Amino acid sequence: MAKYLLLKHYRGAPAPANDVPMDQWTPEEISAHMQYMSDFAARLEKTGEFVDGQALAPEGTWVRYDGEGRPPVTDGPFAETKDLIAGWMVIDVDSYERAVELAGELSAAPGAGGKPIHEWLELRPFLAAPPTITE
Amino acid sequence: MNEDLLRSLTPSVLAILVRRGADFAAAEDAVQEALVEAVRVWPADMPRDPKGWLVTVAWRKFVDATRADTARRRREDRFDEEPAPGAAPAVDDTLQLYFLCAHPSLTPSSAVALTLRAVGGLTTRQIARAYLVPEATMAQRISRAKRTVSGVRFDRPGDVSTVLRVLYLVFNEGYSGDVDLAAEAIRLTRRLAAAIDHPEVAGLLALMLLHHARRAARTAPDGSLVPLAEQDRGRWDTASIAEGVGILQAALARDRLGEFQAQAAVAALHADAPTAEETDWVQIVEWYDELVRLTDSPVVRLNRAVAVGEADGPRAGLTALAELDDSLPRHTAVAAYLHERDGDLARAARLYAEAAHKAPDLAERDHLTRRAARLNNRRSR
Repeated sequence: MAKYLLLKHYRGAPAPANDVPMDQWTPEEISAHMQYMSDFAARLEKTGEFVDGQALAPEGTWVRYDGEGRPPVTDGPFAETKDLIAGWMVIDVDSYERAVELAGELSAAPGAGGKPIHEWLELRPFLAAPPTITE
Repeated sequence: MNEDLLRSLTPSVLAILVRRGADFAAAEDAVQEALVEAVRVWPADMPRDPKGWLVTVAWRKFVDATRADTARRRREDRFDEEPAPGAAPAVDDTLQLYFLCAHPSLTPSSAVALTLRAVGGLTTRQIARAYLVPEATMAQRISRAKRTVSGVRFDRPGDVSTVLRVLYLVFNEGYSGDVDLAAEAIRLTRRLAAAIDHPEVAGLLALMLLHHARRAARTAPDGSLVPLAEQDRGRWDTASIAEGVGILQAALARDRLGEFQAQAAVAALHADAPTAEETDWVQIVEWYDELVRLTDSPVVRLNRAVAVGEADGPRAGLTALAELDDSLPRHTAVAAYLHERDGDLARAARLYAEAAHKAPDLAERDHLTRRAARLNNRRSR
């Protein structure tokens, strides 16, 4: 088994085919989208491949150490950041091919007009612990 | 139901051990072990005096554990002097436990976890699942909390307002895991109300009951939020409302107003309206005025602006809103709503989308996005 992160971006990914902001959809289209997402997660739980899924608020803060006895320096939020992470799903699957297949399904979630968004998702393998047998 | 019985006995059993001289952390461990034992043994062999049984077993577990300690002799002496367990008045002991678990030296998350375990009798695993953290993390949080309060003397009354804050936090977390935290908070507040005569305890209990009564109507079958005005009032739990209103009226009659009573009064006025249109907004504004006086909280002022918008029209609401800092959470959502009521749909849609962007949770984000979508669709048709 191998773990993969399916990363969804607000910005930074190429524009999807069906690129209409959600507040321009009909309420029924929004419901259909939400339903698709929760059905997808529920199905992966049943197949034993779901690990975690979370959504993030769009705005955050940059923080760094500023030396002994001083409070950390903070900066942001930056309105013009090139890339923004919207959320993720972690899956635990048998192969890279299966991970690609699932990411493709997630990207087919319906959007405006009930048509798939074709949203780009980033698929990143986890760096695993070293295997016990190495030779 | 054995589990309910067990959990209702937990705090008094724990309090008896502590009163006998066990330190809090060790006593709490011993009670948890006794609960596990009870789950194993009781189904086949139910004791006639369940509480006495638990006290005996927990005390034995405590003594077994401390025998292994270096302080063995001293604690055995104490054991020998101990009278046999018998019927004990539970109420005051339970109250002391509430105070201990909400002790001001604890962080809010620690106080919540410790209350759910020591007073509520939940397992660490259940609490971890309710708060969506790993079990090991929750176990550490609880054991640190126990160490923090271990030195606290068990004989002085605490401040009831700290207990109420903890119970309010538990209630507000809602129900995400396999434990219904809202129902658990009501159970614990009900017991507290039985143990102490205090109008604000009654006020919090009434507030919880009145909000819990609307729970079934708050979400649509697809999981989306249904705002108060659009809820099917036939689905409100009338028994829970009647109980909440009764408790609130008795508390208010004592003329010691506090913020929970005032919040419950607002909830009671909503519960009292047969339709959203019949809501007594004028009286709700008056209660918000009381709340502003009691708390001076900006969040209360924001809610008051909504109520003013209903009582005196959206323009009056927007005027009240203009006096508030627009970086307040939900400020944009309130502005969107008032502009919608005022007929400025384009501006309202834009503000709803902006509010969705800032929403603190997914359900609210979805709800606000839907409001924007609904207005955008209506305008384009």
